[in-house]
Amino acid sequence: MDTPTTYFHWGFILISLPNLLVIVGMIALFAIALVAPFPHGGRSDDGRK
Amino acid sequence: MDANSESLTQAGRESANWTLRVRRFIDRVLPMDHLLPDRQPYFVGSWVYVFGVITLASLVWVVVSGVVRSFMGPQWWHVSSVGRFFNSLHFWSVQMFFIFMVLHLWGQYFMASWRHGRAATWLIGVVIFAASILTAFTGYLSQQNFDSQFIAVNAKDAMNGAGIGAFFNVLNFGQMYGLHVMLLPIAVTFLVAWHIVMVRTKGVVKPIDAEGVSKS
Repeated sequence: MDTPTTYFHWGFILISLPNLLVIVGMIALFAIALVAPFPHGGRSDDGRK
Repeated sequence: MDANSESLTQAGRESANWTLRVRRFIDRVLPMDHLLPDRQPYFVGSWVYVFGVITLASLVWVVVSGVVRSFMGPQWWHVSSVGRFFNSLHFWSVQMFFIFMVLHLWGQYFMASWRHGRAATWLIGVVIFAASILTAFTGYLSQQNFDSQFIAVNAKDAMNGAGIGAFFNVLNFGQMYGLHVMLLPIAVTFLVAWHIVMVRTKGVVKPIDAEGVSKS
C-alpha cells in the first residue's frame, strides 16, 4: 500500500497504471455498449420498441 | 347577465389567475406523458442510453451516503466499521458517477445531442460536469485526514496563482466542507433535475442517419 504505483512514460504522456486501467476500461465499456444487443430493443410493427 | 357573458367573464378572470397560467404552461411544455413516458422511440433500445441512468443512480447513492456521513461526522466515518463502509460507499459512488457521466458525455457527443433545439440541455450538462468537479475537489478537502491536508497545501498555490485564493481558501476546512455538503450538492442536484426535465421536454434526439425523416 505504501509503495508508489507503476507509471508509464511515452514521450510527453505520463500516466499511472491505475489511471490507464480506468481509461482503457471506460473505452472497452463504451465499445461494448455500442455493439451488445439490448434486451427487447428490436423494432416493432409501428417502428417503436 | 346571460350565461354567455358570464362564461366570458369567467375566462377573463381565469387568464388573470397565475396558477392557471402556470398550469397551462406546464401542460403545454411538459405534459405528463412526456414527463413519465411508458414508450420510447426504437433507437433508444441501446446500452448507450443506460449511461445517463447509471450516472443518476450513482448520484442518488452519493447523496444518500453523504447525508448519512454529514449526520454522523468524521470520527464515525474514519473509525467505526459502519462509518468506514459509508465512507467507501460515498467514495465509490462518486467514482461510478464520474465514470458513467463521462461515458454519457461520449455517447451524447458522438450522436450530436445538441441538435434540434437541445443546445440548452447540452450546456446544462457541461455546467453539471464543472460543478461536479468542484464538488469532488471540495470533497477531497473535507476528508479530515492527511490526504486532504496534502491536497489542500499543494492546491493553495494554484488557487492563489489563479487569483481566487482570497475567497476560495482550500486551507479553510469550514469553507470547503460547507461548500461540499450544502451549496454544491444543491447546485448539482438542481441542475441534474433541470437537465432531465429538458430531456423529457424535448425528447431523445433522433440518430444522425434518421435526419431526413423529420426534425423533432
